Amino acid sequence: MRAPGGSAVAVGDVLLSVENVSLSFGGVKAISDVSFDIRKGEIRAIIGPNGAGKTSMLNVINGFYHPQQGRITFKGETRSRMRPYEAARGGIARTFQNVALFRGMTVLDNIMAGRSLKMHTNFFWQLLRFGPALREEVAHRMRVEEIIDFLKIQDIRRTPVGRLPYGLQKRVELGRALAMEPDLLLLDEPMAGMNLEEKEDMSRFILDVNDHYGTTIALIEHDMGVVMDLSDRVVVLDYGIKIADGTPDEVKRDPAVIDAYLGVAH
Amino acid sequence: MKAARGRSARFSGARAQWEDKAVALTVAAKADTFPKLLVRNAEWFGTRPAMRHKDLGIWQTWTWAETLKIVRSYALGLSRLGVKRGETVAVVGGNRPKLYWSVMAAQMLGAVPVPVYADAVAEELAFVLDHAEARFAAVEDQEQVDKILSVIERLPRLEMLIYDEARGLRDYDHSRLRAIDQVIEEGAQALARDPALAAWLDDEIAAGKGSDPSIILYTSGTTGQSKGVVVTGERAIKAASDTVAFDHLTERDVALAYLPLAWVGDHYLNYCQGLVAGFCTACPESSETAMADLREIGPTYYFAPPRTLELLLTRVMIRMEDAGFLKRKLFHYFIGVARKYGERILNREPVSLGGRMLYAIGNLLVYGPLKNVLGFSRVRVAYTAGEAIGPELFTFYRSIGVNLKQLYGQTEAFICVTAQPDGQIYPDTVGPPFPNVDIRIAENGEIQFKSPGMFVGYFKDEARTAEVMTPDGYIKSGDAGFFDEKTGHLKIIDRARDVGRLNDGTLFAPKYIENKLKFYPNIREVVAFGDKRDFVAVMINIDLTAVGSWAERNNVTYASYQELAGHPLVYDMIEQHVAEVNRALASDKVMAGAQIKRFLILHKELDADDGELTRTQKVRRRFIAERYAPLIAALYDGSSEADVATEVTFEDGRKGVIRARVKIRDMKTEPVSAAMEKAA
Repeated sequence: MRAPGGSAVAVGDVLLSVENVSLSFGGVKAISDVSFDIRKGEIRAIIGPNGAGKTSMLNVINGFYHPQQGRITFKGETRSRMRPYEAARGGIARTFQNVALFRGMTVLDNIMAGRSLKMHTNFFWQLLRFGPALREEVAHRMRVEEIIDFLKIQDIRRTPVGRLPYGLQKRVELGRALAMEPDLLLLDEPMAGMNLEEKEDMSRFILDVNDHYGTTIALIEHDMGVVMDLSDRVVVLDYGIKIADGTPDEVKRDPAVIDAYLGVAH
Repeated sequence: MKAARGRSARFSGARAQWEDKAVALTVAAKADTFPKLLVRNAEWFGTRPAMRHKDLGIWQTWTWAETLKIVRSYALGLSRLGVKRGETVAVVGGNRPKLYWSVMAAQMLGAVPVPVYADAVAEELAFVLDHAEARFAAVEDQEQVDKILSVIERLPRLEMLIYDEARGLRDYDHSRLRAIDQVIEEGAQALARDPALAAWLDDEIAAGKGSDPSIILYTSGTTGQSKGVVVTGERAIKAASDTVAFDHLTERDVALAYLPLAWVGDHYLNYCQGLVAGFCTACPESSETAMADLREIGPTYYFAPPRTLELLLTRVMIRMEDAGFLKRKLFHYFIGVARKYGERILNREPVSLGGRMLYAIGNLLVYGPLKNVLGFSRVRVAYTAGEAIGPELFTFYRSIGVNLKQLYGQTEAFICVTAQPDGQIYPDTVGPPFPNVDIRIAENGEIQFKSPGMFVGYFKDEARTAEVMTPDGYIKSGDAGFFDEKTGHLKIIDRARDVGRLNDGTLFAPKYIENKLKFYPNIREVVAFGDKRDFVAVMINIDLTAVGSWAERNNVTYASYQELAGHPLVYDMIEQHVAEVNRALASDKVMAGAQIKRFLILHKELDADDGELTRTQKVRRRFIAERYAPLIAALYDGSSEADVATEVTFEDGRKGVIRARVKIRDMKTEPVSAAMEKAA
């Protein structure tokens, strides 16, 4: 049986390391001199109070923001500037704090869109939908159907995403990210705005993704219960500065963390 | 030789001939157990589909020959794990091929499968598994495994769980867990290695006797703790052969298995009839997709409880309200045409040419597309049972050309007691006695019967078996009813013990009143009180889909079920329904005195998880009377509102308390005489 909390996959080498990264917008320092690493197969949480720089950190990792200082090493390759599509090609997938799906398209099409990087036949073949293009589509559809089955959303396969409740949209977004078969999955508040039951479902899906596909996951989350149950290691940011890093238990006991969350008398 | 005869019967096209052949074939094969039937089907219908299942968005098919091969491997795999003749194997989960195969494989070894409802809470599961003394359980997925593991210390006999769906189970301790696939695979390998094993398995199949128990079905427990109904193979096959002949089912039919696997109806209609007739049973992708799968499969044989039919109709009606003006007009006009001619055409009664032509146009424009959307395009025979069905609802389906019929059955009868033959359909009767079924009405009005499939007893419970059997071998149904003088068909009034009287002596049949109210789409569930009281009062559950849609169209805002249920406008609407029911009751001589004087709308939905409904969604009257005692007291003490606090169980098993202040409304009753005049 699963040990309570934490990934079941053997945690291995460093997959991604962030070294001395600083990011500022004009005079505002969003992140200052933060370093941490993510190891292969683990579930890594990034937590912190509002405005601590968590989402900025994710945006830096997948190349949406370019840090003024510091280095990011992913799968042994160090880079200073990278575009989001390069990150996607490199095996980083993400979901967004505010769901970012194609609202008019069906669940199936949305998840199929996640496969677009893996499609190799050219535009004209795809236009004809014949021969290699058709074969390729069938193969991709197979993978997408596996994901639909995995996330138990068979009943909404043909429903336009805009008609779905929020909790399900989040699940579809996870599905689209999974369709990329990522090495690293970034989840930005996967449980924001969910009720308890939806949160429990989503937690189970996250654990299952980690277990079944062996995907490394970095997630931002506000619900401390969820974070403590899910993650192997937690990094805590406050005002753009890393104030703690360690297992959930260590982090929970850290006086700096308690101060950041509960406030201190100055 | 036999195969040739079977085929000629199929192609002769003469249904009457088939009728005899269906039974004759079963007898000819000397198939008195289900494994023997499976062998017969593999021989005769080898290449025809036996089972379909939608997986990864595609319908997978297994022929009878493939099914036999898999089940043989599975059975051998099970025997290597230690399953022995005579012991029980629990089967927990939804309608999935591997769980049906689990039933077959257990039966092949002479073990007795015990299906359990997939949504049973751990407590119920523990009771059944313990009572049935199961050493093995075939389960659907992690959810069921977790449930059983949570009560494992109460199940010392349970040795091994075998599961269908592996996800999430990888890190579990596998000393007592196996995948069904693995069991089948090991069995197949062993069979391939050692030919002697195949012969041994043949002997095992041959050693099965018709008089051995073939299954133990636990009742849903309308009246307290569930009981295990033991059915033998011989009797089950006899009963199924009768119904297969009655409705001319052949191996070319298709049914969708979407009702609980553990329910007698599913076991009978899909499993037993499927094996006897050799037809194809399709399993939906998941329970949520059943409606879409129904449409894709297009079954020819369909069963639905009244509630499902009602749900479908409500959904159609709501969507029609939202349709454009022209479509709406067209729909209502042709539904009117169908009301007028549809049923008579279905019953092959004479109808004017104009009527026929209008109906044909309607069929093209409305009924055909509607049936297609509902998945009823190919339905040849459809049944409904379990509860009284509203005449409106019943005739609606019949009028658009669905051959919907009623049957009356019981788990103990396995299953048919009465059924409506084609062409003799009345909405308020359940038909004449079924072939080979003997029915009598006891002095107290209770229906008693003897049927070919009747059970042999409750498992390990002779006392209760004796309670329901009369000394001369009839089963007491517990239902009150009578034979209609005009038609000779049976009419069911209510559960015999629920029929009571008001203080002034008026007959009070709660079901009768409840059903009249439940026929309104806005009302989901009703509980009526009146026995040994001065007047009739009811508690009503609104239907969230219908009332929610009404609220949306009328700009009524609400944040929760509780708020909507307590809304004054909702009360006004329900009050109109109650008034109409009172008018209908007033025109009925026997029931006129039992009009509804007061009603309230419940603040929460009645739920099986809270013990208020059975797993088959029947109201547990006594339990509700205790639980809502303050509300019932308020209904009778004249107060205009009452406070109530009820403990509820959430889907994840946690408990909470819902508090509410529920309003009560008084109703005017129709004077009996006036209504009688109006009716006259």
